[in-house]
Amino acid sequence: MVKLKDVCRHVRSKNAGPFWVTFDLFFDGAEKFRDYHAHPALGPDTFQRLYGADPALVQHYPVPSLNMVKISHARTSPQGGMVERDMHCGQQFVRLLDVELA
Amino acid sequence: MDGPIKILVPTGSLGAGAREDEVRYGIARGAHAIATDAGSTDSGAAYLALGISKNNRGSVKRDLTILMRAAADAGIPLIVGTSGQAGGDRNLDWTRDIAMEVAQELGLRPKIALLYCEQAKETLKRYNKAGKVSPLPPQGPLADATIDACDHIVAVMGPEPYMAALASGADIILGGRTTDTAVLASFALLKGADVGAAWHAAKIAECGAQCTVSPIASAGVLISIGASGFEVEPLSPDNRCSPESVSAHMLYENSNPFLLTEPGGVLDVTAAVYRQRDARTVAVTGSVWRPQPYTMKLEGAGSRRFQTIMLIGIQDPHVLANVDAFHDRMLAALYDRVHKTIGPAAGDFHISLRLYGWNAVSGDRPPPGTAAPREIGVLFVATADSQEMAAQIAKACNPYFFHFPVLMDEELPSYGFAFSPADIDRGPVYEFLLNHVVALDDPMELVRTVWIDMAQEEAV
Repeated sequence: MVKLKDVCRHVRSKNAGPFWVTFDLFFDGAEKFRDYHAHPALGPDTFQRLYGADPALVQHYPVPSLNMVKISHARTSPQGGMVERDMHCGQQFVRLLDVELA
Repeated sequence: MDGPIKILVPTGSLGAGAREDEVRYGIARGAHAIATDAGSTDSGAAYLALGISKNNRGSVKRDLTILMRAAADAGIPLIVGTSGQAGGDRNLDWTRDIAMEVAQELGLRPKIALLYCEQAKETLKRYNKAGKVSPLPPQGPLADATIDACDHIVAVMGPEPYMAALASGADIILGGRTTDTAVLASFALLKGADVGAAWHAAKIAECGAQCTVSPIASAGVLISIGASGFEVEPLSPDNRCSPESVSAHMLYENSNPFLLTEPGGVLDVTAAVYRQRDARTVAVTGSVWRPQPYTMKLEGAGSRRFQTIMLIGIQDPHVLANVDAFHDRMLAALYDRVHKTIGPAAGDFHISLRLYGWNAVSGDRPPPGTAAPREIGVLFVATADSQEMAAQIAKACNPYFFHFPVLMDEELPSYGFAFSPADIDRGPVYEFLLNHVVALDDPMELVRTVWIDMAQEEAV
């Protein structure tokens, strides 16, 4: 089973203002970008399952010139709140690495 | 002005470390202005709520000394936005005092424009009542109670106040909260450069050398904005820009890689083309600016709750044999302990246990069968409506947190703790409470410009 980490050369996450988090998935070449960037396993349901995101507030932006896709969603708790564990969301990408792309 | 307008962006943020040799290089390349931001919301709401910088005074003074001397020698303006980390009035005054101290030490007599954008609560309530405030997702409509809960509120400025101050002859501009892009684009916009190119160049340069191939090899970049596009090059001859390093920066900290909403319009880079111009420089064309009705974003920070923390380390193999079960039993026991010893007076409190080495960053359960590490650190976080209550909750939990048994018939264990007293009052939980925009007829409506003419002051 192919996992996201097998088809990307770099995956990162970062806060985009206090209320949003954004994930950048850089695929390893044009072919892997073409085959996987729109995979259903990278859709809103996965972000709901992994991060509790509201599926209606998950945005998906392919950037073909960079063989990457940017996925952004509203944070379930704004930056710095009572239950904050990752102020910059810089570690949030790790849970995506093992997402299976059938 | 003939030819492209060149803006020297010395660092990603004032205080991060401008380099004298890089600034010299940019001036020698013909820079018309030096521009940098000095903060962002990234480090959290505390800096706006408290009016303080995350930087120490010395690092900001060091950068200002380098930049003020270079700008004065070259006879070009120095433009700083989001002063003092959050750009509130207190943040700006802190930066003003440092700049005046530097001017005196260097024997300079600059004309300084201070751009204030902090807002009184009554002002915002008036705009809100008039229907001029709208929420950005995921927020809902703004309630007056939310405005009241903020300690400080700023309206994020566009380039217009900077353009006005430059046109009035400012040598140095210290701005309150401003979009990074507006700070860097203002001079070029005033001089009539292509509007789309000016905004796009500013976005690319906002984090200094972050848009270069080796962001750690240099600190700043030079952007040259012409009639139909812009160029960007690192300020260090040892570093270079590539079409990929430059275009990838549009992704950084942005939820949308093609559209960037700013006061008064949207930058659209969907059709932008990035070309290698020479070994170190990238040329960009096709950036489009789409004007929209003028809005300023509101940022407000306040605290509603307080926290007390405690920390232990555990190597006991009995605990590590089933970390999740230990977590659940301990957490239930701590809640029970607070209910029994403090009761309803504890109010709407919250306790969380964050298991470093196991799942503290995500809070998720690791998959079954995940091997335990050699030790875990457990951070206890109590949140309550007052600092005193958060501390009382921690003290009530203290004996259970430090000595909670795995096996009921064993002697009480003691987990590793490093400090006495063991509970630490962490202070208020600062949060961003606003995510709204206010519609304005005039970009200067919510901005106050104050001038300091150090030549005049000396004469008086």
